[in-house]
Amino acid sequence: MSILIKNGQVVLLDKVIKADILIEGSRIKKIAPNIEINADELIDASGKIIMPGLVDMHAHLRDPGFLYKEDIVSGIKSAAAGGYTSIACMPNTDPVIDNEAIVKYIQTKAAEIGTVKVYPIACITKGMKGLELAEMGKLKEAGVIAFSDDGRPVENAMLMKNALSYAKSHDALVISHCEDLSIASGGLVNEGFNATTAGLKGICRSAEEIIVARDLILAEHTGARVHIAHVSTEGSVNLIREAKYRGVKVTAETCPHYFAATDEEVSSFNTFAKINPPLRTANDINAIIKGLKDGTIDCIATDHAPHSLDEKRQEFGYAPFGTIGFESAFAISYTHLVDDKHIDLPHLIRLMSYTPAKILGLNAGEVKEGELADLIIADINQLHPYAIDACIFKSKARNCIFDGWKVKGKILITIINGEIV
Amino acid sequence: MKKHLLGLKTTSKEEILFILEEAKKFKSIILGPQKKLDYLKNKTVVTLFYENSTRTKVSFESAAKALSAGTCAIAASSSSIQKGETLIDTGQNLDALLCDCIVIRHSMSGAPHLLSKNVKASVVNGGDGTNEHPTQALLDMLTIYEKHNSFKDLKIVIAGDIKHSRVARSNLWGLTKLGAKVTVVAPNTLLPLEVERMGCEVSNNLDKAVEGANVVMGLRMQLERQSSGLFPSIDEYHKFYGINQRRLNKADSNVMLMHPGPINRGLEIASEVVDGSQSVILPQVTNGIAVRMAVLNMVLGG
Repeated sequence: MSILIKNGQVVLLDKVIKADILIEGSRIKKIAPNIEINADELIDASGKIIMPGLVDMHAHLRDPGFLYKEDIVSGIKSAAAGGYTSIACMPNTDPVIDNEAIVKYIQTKAAEIGTVKVYPIACITKGMKGLELAEMGKLKEAGVIAFSDDGRPVENAMLMKNALSYAKSHDALVISHCEDLSIASGGLVNEGFNATTAGLKGICRSAEEIIVARDLILAEHTGARVHIAHVSTEGSVNLIREAKYRGVKVTAETCPHYFAATDEEVSSFNTFAKINPPLRTANDINAIIKGLKDGTIDCIATDHAPHSLDEKRQEFGYAPFGTIGFESAFAISYTHLVDDKHIDLPHLIRLMSYTPAKILGLNAGEVKEGELADLIIADINQLHPYAIDACIFKSKARNCIFDGWKVKGKILITIINGEIV
Repeated sequence: MKKHLLGLKTTSKEEILFILEEAKKFKSIILGPQKKLDYLKNKTVVTLFYENSTRTKVSFESAAKALSAGTCAIAASSSSIQKGETLIDTGQNLDALLCDCIVIRHSMSGAPHLLSKNVKASVVNGGDGTNEHPTQALLDMLTIYEKHNSFKDLKIVIAGDIKHSRVARSNLWGLTKLGAKVTVVAPNTLLPLEVERMGCEVSNNLDKAVEGANVVMGLRMQLERQSSGLFPSIDEYHKFYGINQRRLNKADSNVMLMHPGPINRGLEIASEVVDGSQSVILPQVTNGIAVRMAVLNMVLGG
């Protein structure tokens, strides 16, 4: 099976070139101008861009345990529709991912679909209870790609120090969900004017920043690396920038909603905007974009968090936290970062594909001869923005904060292992 | 006119004045020999209370009856809500039961807004979480309006647990829209962040803030705020933030002392002033009926 993609603009790590791409079997055979060959399939990509498939290092597939929200099959379809070819799924399932059997279950179910590559993240602590370390060595051998108690912090600082230190001996990556529960507890939205005027209990930004600071200090003293999940505040960006300057082995991600949306969204009690960490302010958006530009923040993850509509159609205080993200992330990121002229396309692709792949140790994230053909073709030349429509998403869930938002940039084709998905 | 009354945040100055003028008329009727009007003769008003209430519930029911509306009271503790029925389902069932107006009280901010988007009936907010309590603020405003006939440049002090108070928020929206100069007073732990952006002054010093005030309004302090670490003791709170005669003496000689109730004598307010000549706490309660008549008549298109 061979595919020839003609006349597209190919997004490389540092530039965009006009070239044809020949895929043979599962690999990229050739990238060159004017390839003339009779391929099994010909795609005319005139006016379109060709990029490496996106890599999401932070998603919730809800499987096992919460299949009414999402499952591995619907999650994979949603990811593929959004241009993701590799995703890492968080372990706050039921049961949680803290043993090899659950890892095997996820790998097997994902392999049956055989498209988007699903990499399980396992818990840092057994049962995600924050008391004892999970079997990181065995789990890593089973194929776990990173460790996180995402959804909860590791509250005990000594245990987190041990987790980082132990993970280092197995060359494993720890992803920290930074939230001081004594400060955040019971809070619903960012503490500030919009929380005040909606009468919704605020979450002070210190809840995030205290644990970011703690884990940076622990990483520094253990010499271990740590990845900071879903950075949402200016203070966190500053702490991470300073730590990187000192040589702390830290990487960090943010999500589209932290550079595209503010807590004004909650003033109408829109439960789709109830997200943890909470949507912040215009000031934070500026700081996050600055952090993305100067390399303080390494990548963009979705924190795809599906919930059923019944769960979200409740009183604001009862609705669960989270927004889905697979099928809006590229368009929102393209519109708010590239179209708004903060970064160029190669930089966006480094943020959404190459760098997260490198952080996870995956051989992915680059359009390169000889590499696996995990590619996406997108249209960024809309004359007029179009509206995101969550009703047509492949995800089981509809809780997308960006539903109805006007954007540019649309994923047209996703190719995984040389096959059109 | 408005179909719902969800809060004073989204109510205009003109609408507020309209309600107050209407309420004045209704008050003279209910205090007169006739006591009753037939404006809402064919309408049904349901009170859907997920939280306890004495004043607000009785007041809405009295207001509905004074306009000849049918009334029906649902308490969350003795209804299908106990069986797990969602707010939207409950609301849609009330629609199917042909209710015209739902007065809702709920411990969650935004519950009336959610309900209003999902039912045909008019929704009136009878207090939601720590967000708003618009009819309480309107009755407070009516009480002030009767005496001053204007809000322009009146000096109004609201003292107490501003952070958790829906009464404070509704009053801030309403009073500032009508030109009053409002100061909120509390220790920082009981002030919501950036409250000054609602157009008020913020103070930690009640003694200073009450100087020359035309209105001093106390707020109920819930005792669990102390155990959750927001203030050290009742004694200390009362010493710095309690409303007493000594403090009222610094206010304007015609100062009105207000409180939405229920009061904690000796905590946020001293007994001597509750029962004193400057207190309008009980007249506020009567005004509540008149204001709620005006609100029900407005949303039901009478």
